[in-house]
Amino acid sequence: MSDLMIRLQQVTKRYPGTASPAVDALDLDIREGEIVVLVGPSGCGKTTTLKMINRLIEPTSGSITVGGTDILQLAPHELRRGIGYVIQQIGLLPHRTIADNIGTVPRLLGWDKARIEERVDELIDVMSLDASMRDRYPSELSGGQRQRVGVARALAADPPVLLMDEPFGAVDPIVRGRLQDELIALQQRVRKTIVLVTHDIDEAIRLGDRIAILDVGGVVAQYATPDQILAEPASPFVADFLGDDRGLKRLSLGSIDDVDLIRGPVVERTATVEAAREVMARHNTNWVGVLKGPELLGWVWGSDLSPGGHVADATPRAFRVTLPPDATLRQALDAIVTTQNNVAVVMGPDGFEGMIFVDRIAKALT
Amino acid sequence: MSVLAQSTGTPFFRWDWVTSHTDDIWAATVEHLQLTGLAVGSGLVVAIGLAVVSRRWRPLYGPLTAASGLLYTIPSLAAFALLVPLFGFTRITATIALASYTLLILLRNTVAGLDAVPAEVREAAVGMGYTPVRQFFEVELPLALPVIVAGVRIATVTVVGLVTVTALIGMGGLGAFILNGIRRSIAFPTEIIVGTVASVLLAAILDLILLGVERSLTPWAARR
Repeated sequence: MSDLMIRLQQVTKRYPGTASPAVDALDLDIREGEIVVLVGPSGCGKTTTLKMINRLIEPTSGSITVGGTDILQLAPHELRRGIGYVIQQIGLLPHRTIADNIGTVPRLLGWDKARIEERVDELIDVMSLDASMRDRYPSELSGGQRQRVGVARALAADPPVLLMDEPFGAVDPIVRGRLQDELIALQQRVRKTIVLVTHDIDEAIRLGDRIAILDVGGVVAQYATPDQILAEPASPFVADFLGDDRGLKRLSLGSIDDVDLIRGPVVERTATVEAAREVMARHNTNWVGVLKGPELLGWVWGSDLSPGGHVADATPRAFRVTLPPDATLRQALDAIVTTQNNVAVVMGPDGFEGMIFVDRIAKALT
Repeated sequence: MSVLAQSTGTPFFRWDWVTSHTDDIWAATVEHLQLTGLAVGSGLVVAIGLAVVSRRWRPLYGPLTAASGLLYTIPSLAAFALLVPLFGFTRITATIALASYTLLILLRNTVAGLDAVPAEVREAAVGMGYTPVRQFFEVELPLALPVIVAGVRIATVTVVGLVTVTALIGMGGLGAFILNGIRRSIAFPTEIIVGTVASVLLAAILDLILLGVERSLTPWAARR
């Protein structure tokens, strides 16, 4: 396969004095431009596997190729300069300014000063860092800012491959969520081959194009897309690792577009009460949404409408939660649970786009 | 000046001696500085070398500190007695003797400083593709610097005091005044006082300068 970037074949790591190997005859193919997440319980060898790719740990046997080259053919420092590396504790050089930290690998590669400066400016921009940070020291930055600098540093020499070892493990959940979103957005732009290690299955589902779930002893329990893994766990171990709420987790994957949005029980405010009752009967609801052109004004109970009048006679109640069109089904479910109507309303830039009912979401799960 | 001085017929402290010997005092101070610099400088080079060896082969650290501790306990007079037959009454003898007293403190501080380099910084440096030598000089040594310079300050202050003893082999810098003062048949404390005070001042000034050096070499630590 031509677009293969990293290939592990029968890779085994046995530490001296241990009965069983940390990684056992592991095969793993990673395609160019995809994010592969290695996830599993502690002792599953996920970090060991990652560190064998840049030779921080040498495999006992087996072969690893990156970009078609056997990594043992290169001097370790040369191999590493061509692979971005991000770790949980970040490991910025405390005695170097942010600009110097970002420029570390280009400097090791012997780029000239002007080119390094230019690249640093570019990365400060890409990572949405403040230009005033350039000359500050790492100790003066917040955890989230440092982690961005860590990613910028890993990207500096524009390596095709990025290895990330629990990159967001040390920041609080809010910052972590934001950094995850940023990584997804960044990946849209840079299209690197990323191997990321985490123990957090939610992070794996959120970030991974494919997920390798490893079991203790460094064996692959399942290697597939998040959707495949959640829909069909290969073993009781995988199902257990995913948790009881794997159906809900799967909802986080699909955006609303996947289910047909239905227009739902809506009528123009100028409609007669009789027309509104007919819409309600068709949708089997005791409420109806009120439209004014493309705008959704709210909803009214059927009992609010007096026979012979118009829908506009009743004051519409606002929908408490509305969703953007790119929301996930999980968010839609949340919205449904928090409204009285058992429905989630999707509002696009041009107004009302449609509704999702709970039975549609249930169908998406099967 | 004092009752004691008047009874012997000589003033306790003679400013006129100081003013007529400013050139000598200056020359002795320069020599004192040179000896101190040579001793601490060569001690530091050896200590860093030993520290690298100790970190590479950890079991050697114990024996190496024990050996430098042993050197530390040898009386300076005995050290000269051992070295003079080899190198004569020379600066080399003085330097070796003085440097050997700095090893214990410099080795310990260098190893402690290198040990204190955060593991994640080391891992990131290796992961980015530093070669071991470059990593040592560009990452580990600069980060160990505050602890190393703290050791250099103690070693320097100690050596400034010890240099006076090398007057015994004709090298003593300011110590020559002290020795002369003691040797005179009629008590003449002026030289002893000049040698002592100048030596103490020198130690204090060097300590302050090194503190400044430490601060300027570690701007990242100062801003914390």
